[in-house]
Amino acid sequence: MREKTLIVLCIVAAILLAHNLYVILLVLPDEVAQGPIFRIIFLHVPAAWTAFLGFLAAAVASALYLVRKDLRYDAFAVAVTEVGLAFAAANLVTGMIWARIIWGIWWTWDARLTSMLVCWLLYAGYLMLRHAVEEPTQRARIAAVFSIFASVDVPIVFFSIRWWRTQHPQPVVWGGGSMDPAYWNMLFLNWVPLLLLGMVMVVIRLRQERRQRELEALRRMAHAL
Amino acid sequence: MRAPVKSPPETARRAAAPARPGFVRGALTIAAKDLRAELRTKEALNASLAFSVVILLLFSFAFDPTAEQTRALAGGLLWLVFAFAGALILNRSFARELPNDCLDALIASPVSAPALYLGKALANWVLLMAVEMVSLAVFGIFYNAAWTRRFGLLVGVVALGTWALTVVGTLFSALTVNLRLRELMLPLLVYPVLIPALLAAIQLSGPLALGEPLASDMMVWLRLLAGFNLIFTALALTLAETALVG
Repeated sequence: MREKTLIVLCIVAAILLAHNLYVILLVLPDEVAQGPIFRIIFLHVPAAWTAFLGFLAAAVASALYLVRKDLRYDAFAVAVTEVGLAFAAANLVTGMIWARIIWGIWWTWDARLTSMLVCWLLYAGYLMLRHAVEEPTQRARIAAVFSIFASVDVPIVFFSIRWWRTQHPQPVVWGGGSMDPAYWNMLFLNWVPLLLLGMVMVVIRLRQERRQRELEALRRMAHAL
Repeated sequence: MRAPVKSPPETARRAAAPARPGFVRGALTIAAKDLRAELRTKEALNASLAFSVVILLLFSFAFDPTAEQTRALAGGLLWLVFAFAGALILNRSFARELPNDCLDALIASPVSAPALYLGKALANWVLLMAVEMVSLAVFGIFYNAAWTRRFGLLVGVVALGTWALTVVGTLFSALTVNLRLRELMLPLLVYPVLIPALLAAIQLSGPLALGEPLASDMMVWLRLLAGFNLIFTALALTLAETALVG
């Protein structure tokens, strides 16, 4: 992608985010039960959506790599996994800040928290695995197999942990109520700049991967000479 | 003048080539080979067994649990021990084939990659089950638990949980065999993937290891464990060729 397109995307994301922040912080009223901290949801939930979208894309790219054996798919898989991991971390951190205010604790082994943490650990393992392999095609193959395993595992983890926790008394449950349409709209509206930001980060990361490959090829050529 | 060399007729050549073993036959051959090699050297078996006994012993006198505490601990303690012991066995499974390029020979052999993988998984499962049975006996002694009272069910649950551990672990052992940090990477990758199976196995083994009956709402865990095994066995067999050969 051209440099200018990237910069334009970045500017659009920044303007949207600034507008959204203004609406979130100054226009929308406090939530009745939770007060001002409720506003963190507008970052928290879209970050989780972006992260899961990234992991899904990584699974598809990994499967495509195994079929086509084209390193570009591998580069795409690692780019979306890294960006997804960053958004998952944002999700976890904002969730913890919210929990500290509302529940009075940083962490509890609640089903959703635990699932997200396990998901994060799985994909962090994916990145560590990549670091442990030198040879590019071997690295791509091993990482793709692991990524497919992880993507199959994520839904099972989610259900198993939900069952695990419902067996125990739950100290805190987020009452499954309905949300005002104004809040819902904002949730989706704020997803747009986060998605744009994610896209830009993926493109930059892809470019790094391509340069890396070029560098390695040049180095091999120098050795051959 | 030399007589021209005649090539043997097609049928004779085909008869001379060794028959390609069937899937099950190939897997069993590999499993038998692995078990024989392990029973002769006992390197993974001894390490794994000693390790589990030491952990059980340490836990017992570090916490000196009462009967009530043991009830809360049993399932988790047993499966942590099994998971650690399993990592020791799984690490050796493919690493054993590295000297003298045995792995290349195995891949070049007429046994197909899924059969090779399944054979290795079976051998690991048998070895780990043996270690676990001894660990359970040690657990029964140190923690004063009536683990033999529901023996059949307990063995069934342990067998299912161990299959989950070996089916994922053996594939990842094949993936990581050439890595620098092999011994570290394997548990790092296997344990997070195994979390659903471990949760189910812990829930089910806790009461059974103390000789208590299973509550009726435990069926969901049995189903989860069986489902996990089915899904990951199928996935591992599908990806075995990719993992082993590339």
